[in-house]
Amino acid sequence: MSEASRLSRFNIASLALGLAFLYLPILILVIYSFNASRLVTVWGGWSLRWYYEFFGDRAMIEAAWMSLRVAVSSANIATLLGTLAAVALSRGERFRGRTLFSGMLYAPLVMPEVIAGLSLLLLFVALNAERGFWTVTIAHTTLTMCFVAVIVQSRLGSLDRSLEEAAMDLGCNPVRAFVAVTLPLIAPAIVAGWMLAFTLSLDDLVIASFTTGPGSATLPIRIYSEVRLGVKPEINAICTLVIALIAVVIVIASLASKLSSSQGESAAPL
Amino acid sequence: MSGRRIFARPARFAAIAPYVWMVLFFLVPFGFVLKISLSQTAIAQPPYEPVFDLMAGWEVLKAAFAALSLDNFKLLVSDDIYVFAYVRSLTVAVTASALLLMIGYPIAYGMARLPRRWQGVAMVLVIVPFWTSFLIRIYAWINILQHDGLLNQILLALHLVSQPVVWLSTDSAMYIGIVYSYLPFMILPLYATLAKMEPVLEEAASDLGAPPWRVFWLVTFPLSLPGVGAGVLLCFIPIVGEFVIPDLLAGSNSLMIGQTLWLEFFTNKDWPVASAAAMVLLVVLLVPLLLYERLQKRQLEQGR
Repeated sequence: MSEASRLSRFNIASLALGLAFLYLPILILVIYSFNASRLVTVWGGWSLRWYYEFFGDRAMIEAAWMSLRVAVSSANIATLLGTLAAVALSRGERFRGRTLFSGMLYAPLVMPEVIAGLSLLLLFVALNAERGFWTVTIAHTTLTMCFVAVIVQSRLGSLDRSLEEAAMDLGCNPVRAFVAVTLPLIAPAIVAGWMLAFTLSLDDLVIASFTTGPGSATLPIRIYSEVRLGVKPEINAICTLVIALIAVVIVIASLASKLSSSQGESAAPL
Repeated sequence: MSGRRIFARPARFAAIAPYVWMVLFFLVPFGFVLKISLSQTAIAQPPYEPVFDLMAGWEVLKAAFAALSLDNFKLLVSDDIYVFAYVRSLTVAVTASALLLMIGYPIAYGMARLPRRWQGVAMVLVIVPFWTSFLIRIYAWINILQHDGLLNQILLALHLVSQPVVWLSTDSAMYIGIVYSYLPFMILPLYATLAKMEPVLEEAASDLGAPPWRVFWLVTFPLSLPGVGAGVLLCFIPIVGEFVIPDLLAGSNSLMIGQTLWLEFFTNKDWPVASAAAMVLLVVLLVPLLLYERLQKRQLEQGR
């Protein structure tokens, strides 16, 4: 039986409908951000009016700047820690507390954000830490390093270990073998992990709401408080800018994973 | 194999930094949640008592320990608001997971049947929306579902309804939002198992005379159960604690537990009750969490 005939009309229809369902709402949002009319539902011609409005909105700009700084810093720390964790889990064989370690790394992937946010806030209050940039960064790092660990670990798992062993047979010590052989091979997964950590941090509302202090709102917090009051065309413009930024990030990430697949096996799906 | 063992030693040292970080910022905070869930509300900063002061000496500490109580948990069990919130959260999560499975399965199935080179493209297309902001995706639906939004305009233009339908602040809006946000989490594990399945098995069944629905029900679906399990868990657990979607899309007359927790914390400033609610939520989710961890481990081992 040929491959094409396995694809029934029902398959094609469900795929097309599913993808339309996933993309249409975002497309509509982007189109309406260029709407000249204040009424979100009436089309008044193309315009950049709401983008000007956003760039004139000091509070929004400050929130966006705060979000970007948090996203970059937490993604950097999370990538470092997550990669170390992945190396320990996939190359460390057995060590004491390994079960607890992997449990702590998997649990945040699915744990409700309200619990993570609440627990970290209670810690910061008990430590009497001033809440703001650093507390949000720490909170986001804790969540996103787990995602980095999973991505890098799946890449490490698919690597041929004999490469590392060959390097050591040729006289490398383990650290040098890792830096010279393993690291270049898992680099695309590390890049993908950084990108995911960055977008997750940029995206987060709940954990940031718990862990931030007065006067240092992130962009999602500001968007959320505006959205609760209703639909505003300016929000459409901000959302479109965020989508554009993330699109750039995805393109870079997919280039990185293409690089990795040309080096051998395909990379992790994310 | 000795090379492996030599490599393993420094690899174990790599665990130190992330280990310390996770203990400090993941495990220890739960100790605080537990402690504060046993405390009383106070009009003070921080808004709970007793506050443990390690410098104050043993007698004060002992008194502080004695002041801990299970009152907050008793309140959670006896007050209808919380019981309803837990029941509603579980109901919503079960319903939404079922909807996600019914909608996600045909899509994943269609993906698995595409020619090989198109499968990768389809997978990227499913993942991309997952990268765009969660909040933005919900906001996009508010645009569409509002009173004079696109959906009502279309329905009116097609004469399917004579008056605009109220979508926002209803359960249907919330389910649309949840299905929309979590769909990639359901599709990807389903696709992963369906794509690995041998088409020969289905062909054999239909060659033996089984009609398509029996082939699906007796061959395809049972073989895809691991994917079904992973997808359902991956959606069910976070949906139980969901806050943003019900808050923005559902009505305010029946709250989910995530919303109740948020309300207690930010509006009522009742940190002890919020902490107790979080502890109970965690216990409720522990079973599916452990199941998920086991599945994850098995999949990683199979991937090796």
